[in-house]
Amino acid sequence: MNLVTLSNYLLPVVVLLIVLYGFIKKVPLYDSFTKGAKEGMELAFSIFPFFIAMIFGVNILLKSGFLDHIFLLFRPLFDFIKIPVEILPMAIVRPISGNASFAVMIDIIKKFGVDSFMGRLAATLQGSTDTTIYVLTLYFGSIGIKNSKYALTAGLLADTMAVVVSVLLVRFLFF
Amino acid sequence: MNKLWGLFIIVGVLFSLVSGNTNLLSEEIVSGPKTILDLFLSMFPLMVLWSGIMNIAKDAGLLEKLAHLMRPFFRLIFPDLDPDDEALGYIASNITINMLGIHNASTPFGLKAMKCLQEKNPDKKVATRSMITFLVLNTGGVTLIATDIIAVRSLYGSPNPTFILLSTILATFISTSFGLLMDRLLYERSKRRESRHLK
Repeated sequence: MNLVTLSNYLLPVVVLLIVLYGFIKKVPLYDSFTKGAKEGMELAFSIFPFFIAMIFGVNILLKSGFLDHIFLLFRPLFDFIKIPVEILPMAIVRPISGNASFAVMIDIIKKFGVDSFMGRLAATLQGSTDTTIYVLTLYFGSIGIKNSKYALTAGLLADTMAVVVSVLLVRFLFF
Repeated sequence: MNKLWGLFIIVGVLFSLVSGNTNLLSEEIVSGPKTILDLFLSMFPLMVLWSGIMNIAKDAGLLEKLAHLMRPFFRLIFPDLDPDDEALGYIASNITINMLGIHNASTPFGLKAMKCLQEKNPDKKVATRSMITFLVLNTGGVTLIATDIIAVRSLYGSPNPTFILLSTILATFISTSFGLLMDRLLYERSKRRESRHLK
């Protein structure tokens, strides 16, 4: 059994385990599910203003083409440390928008080939971290935190590390 | 956060005015919200469904078990929290669902965990140490099986789409551990600053 089929089994098995365990523990399954789902629905609705604010702001920045010019500034640095500069747009977009970086990943895969160095690097980078700024605004916004202290710094340092580690790992593991 | 969001919009609009690239932007302002709603609607049922399933897990006592299992790890990274804190159960489910690769479904638990932490927060406007640690842990994006990436790789004809799991898992563990370390160092620094401030 390869890993693709394994990952197809994983979620159904998780659902089965939870429901089965609840059944054994005599949880009123249907009532419990609907109660939780209702809470989830209210929570999901309550984050919509933060969701639309963040994605709107990010899209304005992305579509203005401003970041494309920032990439040019970093180019000499990347050439110097021998990291392929084509990964830079993705590295910069990754903490801001998961969907945008997913789209960049697909572009890179199309351009360089799915199992090329760049193709594997893009996939590794996409999988190795999550959208820091989006989660920060959503989570802190929903509970009314105004001062996030050093959260952004810590998150972005981890993201930077993810880029460095991805490049190193893909180079030494696969090539 | 207010500044960052404002900066995104001001820089974005000004830049597109200067570079004369305004058609993309006005398109975003007119039809963007509809796309955002579509995105939200695509995540929404998943959040509701998993909130229901995880509530069964909660009522059956599975969440406490899960949190208990992760206890040594939690004690290490959340020294400010009582090991029986309700937030830890939600944090445990948030991490577990992320590991399974269904990121959007984990959001309700992240929000609930934050709410629990906020209840004990003396200053409701300022993030606590545990909140920041949880955020770093969450945005580290510890994923064991990145289902969507595997799907894209197989769509573009990779003979071995799951090949990427090895590098992904290693990268996510290294960068998240690094993030947690930075979180600890930054906390110590801010504590030192505050105590100096008090003197």
